[in-house]
Amino acid sequence: MAPDPVGSQVTEPVGGTAAAGTTAPNRLRAARRAPWKVWTQRYGALAALVALFVYNAIDTPFFLTRQSLLFILLRQAAPIAIVAVGMAIVIGTAGIDLSVGSVMAIAGQVGASLVLHGQPFLLAITAALLVSALCGVFNGTLVARYGVQPIIATLILFIAGRGIAQLITNGELQPLANPSFQWIGLARPFGVPAQVIIAFLVAVVASLVMRLTVYGRQVLAVGGNETASRLAGLAAGRVKMLAYVTSAVLAGLVGLITVSATFASDANNTGVGMELDAIAAVAVAGTPLTGGKVTIWGAVVGAVMLKLLQNTLITHGITKEVAQMIEGAVIVAALWLQRQEA
Amino acid sequence: MRGINKAFVGVPALIDVDFEVAHGEVHALIGQNGAGKSTLIKVLTGVHTLDAGRIEFDGREVAFSSPHAAQLAGLSTIYQEVNLVPFRSVAENVFLNREPKRFGLIDWGRMNREATAILRRLDLDVDVTRPLYEYSIATQQMTALARALSTKARLVIMDEPTSALAENEVQTLFRVIRQLKSEGISVVFVSHRLDELYAVCDRVTVMRDGRTIEERPMSQISRYELVSKMLGRELAEQLSHRRGGDDEPADGPPVLEAVDLRRGRALDGVSVSIRSGEIVGLAGLLGSGRTETARVIFGADQLDSGTVAVEGKPVQLRSPGDAVRNRIGFSSEDRKTEGIVGQLSVRENLTLALLPHLRRHGIVDRKRQTETVDRFIKAIGIKCSSPEQPIRELSGGNQQKVLLARWLCTDPRLLILDEPTRGIDVGAKRDIQVLIRQLADEGLAVLLISSELEEIIADSNRVVTLRDGRSVAELSGDEITEDAVMQAIATGTGADAGADTGAVADADAAGRAGRTT
Repeated sequence: MAPDPVGSQVTEPVGGTAAAGTTAPNRLRAARRAPWKVWTQRYGALAALVALFVYNAIDTPFFLTRQSLLFILLRQAAPIAIVAVGMAIVIGTAGIDLSVGSVMAIAGQVGASLVLHGQPFLLAITAALLVSALCGVFNGTLVARYGVQPIIATLILFIAGRGIAQLITNGELQPLANPSFQWIGLARPFGVPAQVIIAFLVAVVASLVMRLTVYGRQVLAVGGNETASRLAGLAAGRVKMLAYVTSAVLAGLVGLITVSATFASDANNTGVGMELDAIAAVAVAGTPLTGGKVTIWGAVVGAVMLKLLQNTLITHGITKEVAQMIEGAVIVAALWLQRQEA
Repeated sequence: MRGINKAFVGVPALIDVDFEVAHGEVHALIGQNGAGKSTLIKVLTGVHTLDAGRIEFDGREVAFSSPHAAQLAGLSTIYQEVNLVPFRSVAENVFLNREPKRFGLIDWGRMNREATAILRRLDLDVDVTRPLYEYSIATQQMTALARALSTKARLVIMDEPTSALAENEVQTLFRVIRQLKSEGISVVFVSHRLDELYAVCDRVTVMRDGRTIEERPMSQISRYELVSKMLGRELAEQLSHRRGGDDEPADGPPVLEAVDLRRGRALDGVSVSIRSGEIVGLAGLLGSGRTETARVIFGADQLDSGTVAVEGKPVQLRSPGDAVRNRIGFSSEDRKTEGIVGQLSVRENLTLALLPHLRRHGIVDRKRQTETVDRFIKAIGIKCSSPEQPIRELSGGNQQKVLLARWLCTDPRLLILDEPTRGIDVGAKRDIQVLIRQLADEGLAVLLISSELEEIIADSNRVVTLRDGRSVAELSGDEITEDAVMQAIATGTGADAGADTGAVADADAAGRAGRTT
């Protein structure tokens, strides 16, 4: 797991960073509640990740070698982590984004089609991300301007978006082999898969934005108490709009990564179930879905932890069905811990 | 009801309350917020159990275990917010949970016929098979009333039934109330609009601080007496204006000049102007349009008509953001839901409005932020373990100070304070009052809203009185006495009616309607 490059988080507890993040009043508060609960709540996901990691390092051969399972794991977790970062910001505004999977499919289709039609690689990527941003604007407009409940507003694109993606190529699989496009999915600078590096950079930038910028602080204020924020002169609508656009653009990016890594763009299967994986990653790190809290690294840790859990269970011959049940139990445990914060 | 006592976790809410309603009587129940009206109604209808005392209904002692039991006995309550099922038909709402049945199935024909008949009795001719939400609030309220009648109610309690109604709908409701009365059904009517009380009620019970203060026939109590009983001031114990007319207001255009503000039924012509260095008090009963005035001036609600000028320049405030850019601040009466962001720190809360100004290349300038926060924590005396303490852990008074600081650090010219000292301890209250005065002396314009007459009188340079959404009187300097303010609240005439003569005359004519004050 990547260390938190910035060090201390001040107001809100971080899902899975170094212990340096605690400040005096947080410690005061912690002292009043059962300490183990506070600790588990804040670092539960990270602890689970470390435990799984150590177990695998001892138990599984090749886990830590160069062509290791570790990189396979991170490569699998990276797309979920990137989407989860956007999801964490939307959830921070007390919203939710169900459309991420469909946006992935749309972006993948747009990018692949343009490349196949001989357009330059950069143009294809830019266009795909722009279309994703438009999807975000659509979600944001419904939520921020027309006051539609986020779950309903984003359900529209969740359903319609996949249809749009399929329409672009009549639902047919587009095989794709373009060296520069494939770079995102396959390259391994310094031996690290490119998508892992991208995920890491996304998380670094997002956590800096959330922590240091005016926008980041406004997300927390709007998610924490929208009425009060509006009465303090905040443009709450704009804050929410930007959150949905960010989420959609990150989903679009992951859509491109997926297409590039699988050598094909598949409107039917790209990003199916991604919204739930991302929400689970955010929730398992102890971020309340009621808004007002954003833990970017928590979402990343959550994504990796859930993926590692899945892999560990499967490599030990536990059937997929049972593995899913165990994953469910882990999420329930995380939510239970979260509720302890009264 | 005799000698009713009720306490919540040791805090008395009702103290030796007596309340009596005769057959076929329309009985007004009035009192300020927190006087105990709602608790009394809830004890009566079985929502709460009482600690001591006895309730007799139709000559028998009763103790309803639930609102449902009260309803079966003939006691129905109609709440301010209509609690019906919007997507079901009118008839279904009338008979909710008591549908006429035949062979275990709902007898739709009979239900619709009976619902139509009951609504006719209320002078209402509607298609009872249509879903309720298609009809106006008034009709929905009539449906609630029809529901009460269909349970053969002997006593109907109406909790602010007119607050959401238009004028003609209010008249319909009054006609229905009079009809109920003629059928021997008693009505308890809770309202803050004095005109309505005089128009429809026979007797009145005034509550204050959990006690029943007065019970009298409506025709034997003047508006003035009614208001003074409610606010808890006897004519003898006059509290006079603390500051007198010592300071002449500053020259130049007023910081804020709002003329003839109108919005729906809540605001029906409010005018107020505030100069630099002046505290203008906004007096009036609940529902008179005080908070609504504050919200439209701050851009939180939009005006139907009327003009707002800031330092002589007309402005259109479409959002609170616009108001903030015009250096107007607004501290809401509801600290918890409209003020603080509970899980954020004192620092984040204090600088919430200032945040855009702390931006350097999009990034929060932490050094300046910390300086600002430290300065205000010290200057105002905010007690917190550190600026990083979550604000929800602070006491009400300290939260209020943070919210004041939130605006003060933006260097406002006008600060609108809605109930700035509600629900906070005496010490903090004092601090805040002193602070407000100090700020005004330094040139800040303040619009002060308070239900506490004492606060308005002691702190204000001028007092504008609102009544039923209109500004009806303006008092300044030595004219500000309890007597004058209460007079203005009750009848709409101040010692100096001044520029508002027209409006005052109108309100008065409508208000007195053939009675002497």
